[in-house]
Amino acid sequence: MALLEAFNVVAGYGETEILHGVSITVNTGEVVTIIGPNGCGKSTLMKAIVGLVRVRAGSVHFRGVDISDQDPEQTVRIGLCYVPQTDNVFPSMTIRENLEIGAFVRRDDYQFRIDEMFELFPDLRRSARLKAGTLSGGQRQMLAIARALMLDPVLLLLDEPSAGLAPALVAGVFKRIRDINSTGVSILLVEQNARESLRISDRGYVLSGGVNQLQDTGPALLDNPEVGRVYLGG
Amino acid sequence: MNLVSSRPRNLARPSRRYLRRIGLRMSPSRISALLAAGLLILGFLPFVKLGLVVNGLILGSVIALGAIGLTLVYGILKLGNFAHGDYMALGAYVAFFIVDGVLPRVGIEGAGLGPFTFGFPVLIALPLAAAVVALGAIALDALIYRRLRDRAASTAILMMASLGVAISIRGLVQLIWSGETQHYPRESRQVFHLPMDVRIPPDGLFVAVLAVILVAGVYGLLTYTKMGKAMRATSDNPTLALVSGINTRQVVWWTWGIGGALAAIAGVLLAVVQAQLLPIMGWKFLIPLFAAVILGGIGNPYGALIGALIVGVSMELSTQWINPSYKPAVAFAIMIGVLLARPRGIFGDTQ
Amino acid sequence: MDISGVIDYLIGFAIMAMIYAVFALGLNVHWGFTGLFNIGIAGFFALGAYTAALLTSPPPDPDQFEDFIFGGNLANQGLLDLGVDAWFFLGLAAAALVCGLVALIIGTITLRLNDDYLSIATLGIAESVRFFFLNEKWAANGSKGLYRIPKFLGDVVAPENYDYLYVVVALVILLILFAAVQRAVRSPWGRVLRAIREDEVTTAASGKNVFHFKLQSFVFGAMIMGIGGALFAHHVRFLSPLTFDPLLATFVIWAMLMVGGSGNNLGAVLGAFVVWGVWAGTQFLPGVFSDPSFRLLMIGVIIVAIMLLRPGGLLGEWRRIVASRPASAAVRDSTDPG
Repeated sequence: MALLEAFNVVAGYGETEILHGVSITVNTGEVVTIIGPNGCGKSTLMKAIVGLVRVRAGSVHFRGVDISDQDPEQTVRIGLCYVPQTDNVFPSMTIRENLEIGAFVRRDDYQFRIDEMFELFPDLRRSARLKAGTLSGGQRQMLAIARALMLDPVLLLLDEPSAGLAPALVAGVFKRIRDINSTGVSILLVEQNARESLRISDRGYVLSGGVNQLQDTGPALLDNPEVGRVYLGG
Repeated sequence: MNLVSSRPRNLARPSRRYLRRIGLRMSPSRISALLAAGLLILGFLPFVKLGLVVNGLILGSVIALGAIGLTLVYGILKLGNFAHGDYMALGAYVAFFIVDGVLPRVGIEGAGLGPFTFGFPVLIALPLAAAVVALGAIALDALIYRRLRDRAASTAILMMASLGVAISIRGLVQLIWSGETQHYPRESRQVFHLPMDVRIPPDGLFVAVLAVILVAGVYGLLTYTKMGKAMRATSDNPTLALVSGINTRQVVWWTWGIGGALAAIAGVLLAVVQAQLLPIMGWKFLIPLFAAVILGGIGNPYGALIGALIVGVSMELSTQWINPSYKPAVAFAIMIGVLLARPRGIFGDTQ
Repeated sequence: MDISGVIDYLIGFAIMAMIYAVFALGLNVHWGFTGLFNIGIAGFFALGAYTAALLTSPPPDPDQFEDFIFGGNLANQGLLDLGVDAWFFLGLAAAALVCGLVALIIGTITLRLNDDYLSIATLGIAESVRFFFLNEKWAANGSKGLYRIPKFLGDVVAPENYDYLYVVVALVILLILFAAVQRAVRSPWGRVLRAIREDEVTTAASGKNVFHFKLQSFVFGAMIMGIGGALFAHHVRFLSPLTFDPLLATFVIWAMLMVGGSGNNLGAVLGAFVVWGVWAGTQFLPGVFSDPSFRLLMIGVIIVAIMLLRPGGLLGEWRRIVASRPASAAVRDSTDPG
C-alpha cells in the first residue's frame, strides 16, 4: 500500500521554481532513496512533503489524506518526521532537552521513549547534559535522528544523513538507518552518497533538473550502468 | 561498531556543568577574558565609591528587566525591537494613569508605604500595567509583525516597522499625558546608611529585589516549562522547531507577553528610581538596553542579565570621573568595545 | 498677509524642503540603494551643521560666552579672498569630511557584523553627538547654542534679500548632489549596491567584497548628510543640541524617503517637499492637527503603514517601474570600481 504518494509536485523558492513535477511513492515498510546531482531538487522535495515549502501544483497524499497544503506543525502530528541536512539540532539546549522538544506534540509521558533512544544511541546517554552545540558531527547526526524518532514516526525523512561525516562513520549511519527501518519505520532518504544508500534501499529514484529521471529497485539502480557512470563514480 | 567519535570531554565537573547549563560555556579564552575583567574590577575597587556600585546594581536591575525581554524577542523573532524602550515608557504611564486617574476614584490613594517613597497604589498598578503592555505587544504583533513575517520581510523592514511603532507610542503618550514631567505620588524617605559611605535608597532595594524575583521567574519558565523550552528551541532553530510540531504562533505570543510585561515593570521601576516620568524616558533607555543585549550575546537571556549589571555599574561608576549626563554614552562605548572585541557577546563564540 | 509675505514664506519653505531633500538623498544612498539601516541621521545632521558653523564663526566675545572658546573664523581670515565666499564651500567640504570620517569609523566596526548592529550604532552616535555638544560648553556653547552663524555672501547681500540668494544656493547644491547620487547609483558601483540590498549572499558569492561596498555607501551617504547639515546651519543660523531632536532630524527624513519611495532619487526629493509641506501646512490647522505629539504619532503610523502596504515607498523604485533587471544580472555584468 502506498504510504506516501507525491504526484507531479511543483515547488520552489520565490520566483525560482525548482521542482517541475516530481512524482514519488513510498510504500509501508520501505526504505526509499532519492539520488541526483546537486540542485536537482532532492531537498526541496522533502521540504515540500513536510510543508516547509509550499506545493504549488500537484499533490502529496499521506495514508490517503491530501497533505499538500498542511503546515509542518500538522504533518509532524500525523507521523511525518523530518531531519534536515544541516542545523538539525538545537545547539544551545542539552541533549535531553533536544529529545524533549522532539516529543513536543506527545501527550503521554515520553520518558520511556527517551530511555529507548539512549538504548539505541548509548553515546547520547553519556552526554545527556551536554549542549548539543558541543557535539561532534557524528554525535550530532545521531541526536538529530533520535529527536525525530521521539514521536514514533510512521515515515522518517532523512536529508543527507551522511553528509559531512568522516568516511569511517558513514557505513555506521546506514546500518542504523536499516536498524530503524527494521522496527517498522518507513524511510525516505535523500543522499549524495548514492552507492551506500542504494545498497540499503528497497527502491530508488533518480532526479535531475527538477524532474524524475529513473526509478527502480535499489539493487537494479546499483547495477544500472548509466547510474553507475554518473552517480556512483564509475 | 562505534560510529560516534568520542572526542575527549572532561568538562563534566559539577560547577562547570552548572555554568554550561545556564548558557555560560567556559573555554580557556573565555575564562581568561573573565579573569582579566575580574582583575580589572578588583584593581579599580580601592578607587571607586562603593555607593556608586550599589546605584549601578540598581540601575542594572532595571536595564536587566528591559534587556531580557528585548533579547528574547531578538532571539526568537529575529527582531531588534526599537520600540522596546517605548514599551517601558508606556508601562510607566499606564501605571501612572491607574495610580493617578483610576484608583483615587475607588478611594485607593497614598504614598510613602513603609520605607518606600511610593504608595500601595503603585503596587496595584504594577501588574496591571504589565498586563496591558503585554497584551498591547501581542496585539501589535498580530497587527504588524506577523504580517511582515508571513511575507518573509527582511529584518531591516521589521526593525523599520518597530521604529514606526516606537515613534507612534511616544506620540500617543505625549498626546495623552503631555510632554511635561509627571511623577507617582511620593513622600520623601530616609536612605539606609551602611558602612563605607554606602547609601541605599529603600526604593532601590525594592527595585533590585523585584528584579531578582522576576529574573528567577523567567529562568524557571525558560528552563523547566514546556513553553519555555519551546521558546528556547525556536530561538535556536526556528525551522527545526516548526518541524518538531512547536506551535510557533503561541511561542511568539508568549515571547511578546513576557517581553512586554517585563518592559512595563522596568518602566514603572525606572520611573520610581528616577522619581519622574517623561515620554522620552524609554527611547533614551534604548542604548543601555541594546548594550546589555549585545554584551550578553543576542538571544541569551542569562547573558543579558550579566550584561545589564555590567552596563549599569559602568554607567554609574563613570560619574565618578566624567559628567553624569554622559551615562548613556558610556553604555554606547561599552557596546562599541564589545562589537570590536567579541561581537557575539562576552559569552558567545569568538568566531 | 500680503503677496510679498506669502512669497517670503514660500521661499523659506522651499529652502527647508531642499535641505531636507539633501538628507533624503543621503538616506536613499544608505537605505534605498544599499539597505543600510541608519536611524541616527540626527548625528550626521548635527556634526555637519556644527562643523560648518564652528569653522566659519568668529571667536566669541569673552564677555558673552564664558566657556565657549572655539571658532575657526574662516569667514574673516582673508586667506581665501577669491571674490566669492570660499569659506562657505570649505565649511561644506569640512562638514562632509567630518561626517565621512565618523561614518568610516562606525562602518568599519559594525558593517562586518550583522546588519542590525549598524542601526544600533547609528542611534548611539546620534545621542553621543548630542551629549557632546550639550555638555562640552567650550566646544559649542552648550545648550545655549551657537547663534549669528555667518551668512553666505553676507556682506554683499542685504539682510532682507538673503533668503532669495540662499534658495538659489540650496537649489544648486541639491542639483549637484542629485546628479552625483544619480550618477553613482547608475554606475556599476551602484548596481552592486542594489545587488547587495537584494541578496547579499549571492553578491558575496559572485566575488564582490560586500563589506567594502557597504562601507563606501555608508560613507558616501553620511557625507551628503554632512553637507545637508552645513546648509542648514547657514540658513537657520542658530544651532543648539535641541535642534537635533530625533523627531525633526531623523524620523521626519525617514518619513520623507518612505513617502517618496526608497531607491528612487526623484521620489526622495519629492517626498521631502510633500512631507515638509504637510508638516509646515498643518501647523496652521486648529486643534490636535498642529499638536507636535499628534504629528509624531502620525509619522510613526505612516512609517508602519508604508512598511505594511508598500515597503518600497509610495512611488516605488524607478527601476522597477521602467524596466526590471534582475539583481543577479546586475552583479554579473558590473565591474568592480575599487
